[in-house]
Amino acid sequence: MSDPLSRVFAALADPTRRDMVARLAVADATVGELAAPYDVSVQAVSKHLKVLEGAGLVSRTREAQRRPVHLEAEVLDLMTKWIERYRRQAEERYQRLDAVLAQMTAHEQGHRTDTHPEEGTAS
Amino acid sequence: MSTTSTQRYTEAAIEADTTVPAVHIWRDFAATPAQLMRAHTDPDLFARWIGPDALGTRIDHWDCRTLGSYRYVNTEGDQEYSFRGTFPEVSENRIVQTFCYEAMPEAVALETLTITDLGEGRSRLHGLSLCDSFEARDGMLASGMEVGIHEGYAKLDRLLAAGEV
Repeated sequence: MSDPLSRVFAALADPTRRDMVARLAVADATVGELAAPYDVSVQAVSKHLKVLEGAGLVSRTREAQRRPVHLEAEVLDLMTKWIERYRRQAEERYQRLDAVLAQMTAHEQGHRTDTHPEEGTAS
Repeated sequence: MSTTSTQRYTEAAIEADTTVPAVHIWRDFAATPAQLMRAHTDPDLFARWIGPDALGTRIDHWDCRTLGSYRYVNTEGDQEYSFRGTFPEVSENRIVQTFCYEAMPEAVALETLTITDLGEGRSRLHGLSLCDSFEARDGMLASGMEVGIHEGYAKLDRLLAAGEV
């Protein structure tokens, strides 16, 4: 699993780590602060942080003794781009559907006098 | 979900479900529900919009009604990508279908398309694609969405709202 996107997805496959990322999106926090809401040890939280760090999702800054954990928001952009690629494919498909629907409407209006409208039939 | 009564989906909007391995898509169309339904159920109409721009679509088998099934092939030169599935339910405004890319037969998604009337000749399409595991969704994109990170989606929402994408 060498590519950055796979590492990010793998890191975020864990609900605790997702929750930690969500909280870091609000503000930087120390390991102790991050551990506070969980019924697990600081060591366990540190392990989770190592995974997030390995995926490039968080970094540790050297701010005196506090060393808060910082969310690298641009890594999230990778995922946003990934989602956007799928969205664009769907949108292209629906633009083709737009064109088909427009032709259907034109066709129906052009033939309304000589054929009965097929409203409601689905075949 | 982030749907509000005033929201208009002039472009496709997507969202990950936070509880199950599913993807939601919304899109509004300038057509009646009956027209939109016909574009999904009539094989000749369906083939005209379903495949990617660069690929051709050949319908091998098409029986879009309750308990029917389908198979279609996207072609690109001598490359072929085949998709197949069944239709557990087809009603006036809803199509439930299974979806399988034949190269990955172990991954079968359940898709529910629902069409609602917006009035004035406009309709809304809501698609829900439910995969059989988060891993399967990983395979198709959805892994990207599995991560339910609200900030990521909020950012995407802002980009979409600002028309930057």
